[in-house]
Amino acid sequence: MSDLNTAMIEKYRSSFLKEVEANVEEGEWVKMCMQCGVCSGSCPLGKHWDHPPQELFMMIRANKRDEVLGTDSMWMCTSCYNCIARCPRGLPITHIMHGLAVYSKRLGLVQKKQPTAEFSQIFWDNLMKKGRVNELKLGLSMYFKDGFGQGIKNAMANQKLGQNMMKAKRMNAMEFFGGHSVKDLSGFQKMVKKAQEIEEGNLKDAK
Amino acid sequence: MAEEKKFAGYICTGCGLGERLDAGQLETTATRDGKMQSCKQHEMLCNAEGVQMIKDDIANDDVTHVMIAACSRRAKVEAFNFTDVALTRANLREGVIWVRPDTDENSETTQEMADDYIRMACAELKSMTKPSASGEQSLNKNILVVGGGVTGMTAAIEAAAAGYPVHLVEKSGKLGGAIGGYYKVIPNRSPYDAPAENPVPGMVAAIEADDKITVHLNSTLAKTEGAPGRFNVEVATESGSSETLTIGAIVQASGWKPYDAGQLPEFAYDKSADVVTNHELEALAVAANGGPIKRPSDGKEVQSVCFIQNAGQCSDKEGHLSYFAGVTDLVSIKQAMYFKELNGDCDTTILFDNLRTPGAGGEDFYRAGQEAMVTFSKGIASEVVTGDSLTVKFEDKILNEETEMVCDLVVLATGMEPNSGPDPYAQLMVDEAEDEEEKAKAQAALENAPPSILNLQYRQGTDLPHLKNGFNDSHFICFPYESRRTGIYAAGPVRRPMDAQQARDDATGAALKAIQAAENAGKGRAAHPRSGDLSFPSFRKEGCTQCKRCTVECPFGAINEDEEGYPMYNESRCRRCGTCMGACPVRVISFENYSVETVNQQIKNVEIPEEWDEKPRILVLACENDAYPALDQAAQAGVEINPWARVIPVRCLGSVSLSWVTDALNNGYDGIVMMGCRRDDDYQCHFVRGSAMAAERMSKVGDTLDTLNLEPERVILHEVAITDVERAPQLINDMAETVEKIGLSPFKF
Repeated sequence: MSDLNTAMIEKYRSSFLKEVEANVEEGEWVKMCMQCGVCSGSCPLGKHWDHPPQELFMMIRANKRDEVLGTDSMWMCTSCYNCIARCPRGLPITHIMHGLAVYSKRLGLVQKKQPTAEFSQIFWDNLMKKGRVNELKLGLSMYFKDGFGQGIKNAMANQKLGQNMMKAKRMNAMEFFGGHSVKDLSGFQKMVKKAQEIEEGNLKDAK
Repeated sequence: MAEEKKFAGYICTGCGLGERLDAGQLETTATRDGKMQSCKQHEMLCNAEGVQMIKDDIANDDVTHVMIAACSRRAKVEAFNFTDVALTRANLREGVIWVRPDTDENSETTQEMADDYIRMACAELKSMTKPSASGEQSLNKNILVVGGGVTGMTAAIEAAAAGYPVHLVEKSGKLGGAIGGYYKVIPNRSPYDAPAENPVPGMVAAIEADDKITVHLNSTLAKTEGAPGRFNVEVATESGSSETLTIGAIVQASGWKPYDAGQLPEFAYDKSADVVTNHELEALAVAANGGPIKRPSDGKEVQSVCFIQNAGQCSDKEGHLSYFAGVTDLVSIKQAMYFKELNGDCDTTILFDNLRTPGAGGEDFYRAGQEAMVTFSKGIASEVVTGDSLTVKFEDKILNEETEMVCDLVVLATGMEPNSGPDPYAQLMVDEAEDEEEKAKAQAALENAPPSILNLQYRQGTDLPHLKNGFNDSHFICFPYESRRTGIYAAGPVRRPMDAQQARDDATGAALKAIQAAENAGKGRAAHPRSGDLSFPSFRKEGCTQCKRCTVECPFGAINEDEEGYPMYNESRCRRCGTCMGACPVRVISFENYSVETVNQQIKNVEIPEEWDEKPRILVLACENDAYPALDQAAQAGVEINPWARVIPVRCLGSVSLSWVTDALNNGYDGIVMMGCRRDDDYQCHFVRGSAMAAERMSKVGDTLDTLNLEPERVILHEVAITDVERAPQLINDMAETVEKIGLSPFKF
């Protein structure tokens, strides 16, 4: 258990709702849910979720901290925005799902091998290197994330697609070597670092 | 005074009538068959010129009876509003040309229809006299308000503001009613974000300052007799003195009583002082005097509270209220906000199944509760376990689990029961019960009847009739503000459960209705739905057998009996439905412009073609409130009606005399269709019981058909709603088909 997690448990012992309000992006909306269930009914992937949004909100209010932060439900959100468009109370549900995912990640509570979480990390690391996404490398990282053998299998399976993309000049094999970056890479990295500092600072203050 | 009668007919040729019909022939029919002394045509009778022509004839030629052959009697009522004469309308537009196709092969039957309607109207007119008030009417502007709660005080203030003197009678020693002891009320204006100040002190002050309002505290009504415009009310005080007031109209605002939570053992109401009802919580909030609310058992400041919604209401369990009080979710939100206001960081949970927050600001107030961090949990409480703290066991309906929460105080959101008097029809409910269970229930209601509030000296009981669950509502569809005792209006939570703001709105409406009733009574005019009608029933005493059917069956309890058992009509209590007329076995009851004879004459003056003409005749008796307008709308929509039909509007199916049916059959009609309103528990009869009475009376029509050796299918009674625009004409056309199948009546002479 991370130090941050222990600190947060200590701080918000009685109310997970208050913890969410203070630390999760758009978390102050959770109390406004009126449990109509339109979000759950609108979610195209809802049946694959252990806990649809409506239920997550109720669990937060019922102080079920471990279950909420430990579930991978909010990672299942594909940001289709159906729920936001339909919520009669105007809750930014998609954003709250992302907020919950980020918070559980920060506390080190994400389930191992959660595919969306893994993809997000790979995407982030890829992006941070050059300030832009290197699609070739992103694809390869995804292929090989579960080991070399599986990576080869994945690559073979998508061989034709890759060739066609190269033919159509949608992908350049040369990007494998370094790849090009944004114009001001160090400026970009400074900017991100500053943003991270601010965010960490906010959490430290919360401690 | 024997008045010279002069009959005049007016035929309109506008709206296509002139093109479709032979107006010359109609005029001949009116003068030769209808015996009109004069008959004029006009190309647009409802315009200023046409109306002036009729007015001139009334003024200069002493016309006393007017027959207008034009559109439906429901159209152009403002134009054809001649109050100094007896008036009838032959419906040639909606009744004839709009329901028949404009083709050569149909022109003959169309003309026949129109001629018949002219004959009918003329014949009806011959047996009519001009309606005028009875002479027993009197104007009394005093309004009596029974009950000094928010509703009663509002009615008093509003009536006084309109210039009417008010007597406000309150049983207890002070004004204010149930809300009087409340900390705050549900907000009634934008932004609806916090409980609002209690309006009662301000209202009490307004009443004390108003010299038009006389307050009678510690008082009840010992006796109420008379009728709107001339009620004599004996007000008795606790000390034994009494005073008689003369009153124009009455508002009953006797309010509500909280449900007895002692019937909820599962929630430990009797075991723990810390389980309170929503009504009792108000006293705790007031006692806190601006500080934190303390729990009753040991005075500890409440740090966690749980509201259990729908405690003992909205439930079919024994001893529970089957209905929802409508406002108790708003009440719980309001009370939860008391804790947020007074008890700092108190954990406040509302356990609800269906959270209903009606009213303009209901949703905003709900949001405000959520903003204030009141936790709303969708769950059903099953049990409260007592101990140092209380444990509420409940089923979480979202997370689908049995769970529990611990709290200092439990508030039960219990329902509201009406503080009404005994139901005058409690005995009838026992008699009419359809099964044993219903009978036992009705019997229990009869035996546990509450004490009377109004003490009406009416033939039909001492108080306003109940509609459902003991509430004094009148009629939820057709006249939400009118009541079944003319000139007496129930308002506030005695009518249906409601909050203070709704009660104030309701009371304002009731005050205005009371004023209207007093004014109407002063002029001898009827209340809704025959608003303004001056005709009233009278009876031929020498023919009356004192059978009491009219006094028993009057849906409005309007008719008393004198010492000899003859009916006393009390015209200002009467709603002019004619149910008494339909009830009378000796046919002695009549109105000036509506009687057994006026309809009989219409029936007899339809030309019945010989059998070999193969033109059947179908008599349609249509309720003027729903069925007749439905037929009018059908005509507007161009729905066809069979050319054999002759429609006679009746005031209510309850006014239909069995003799009309017998006479029509004897006269050679081939079928009879009666159309009245829905008559079950969710009745839509404007006169409450009329349609049901008709159905009961007509159940005996089979004997008549038997005696005449006629097929039972020839007479049928339908329930028709005003929206049955397609169905109503279809029912008539169905009868035409039936007649075709079974053949013409043998009674054609």
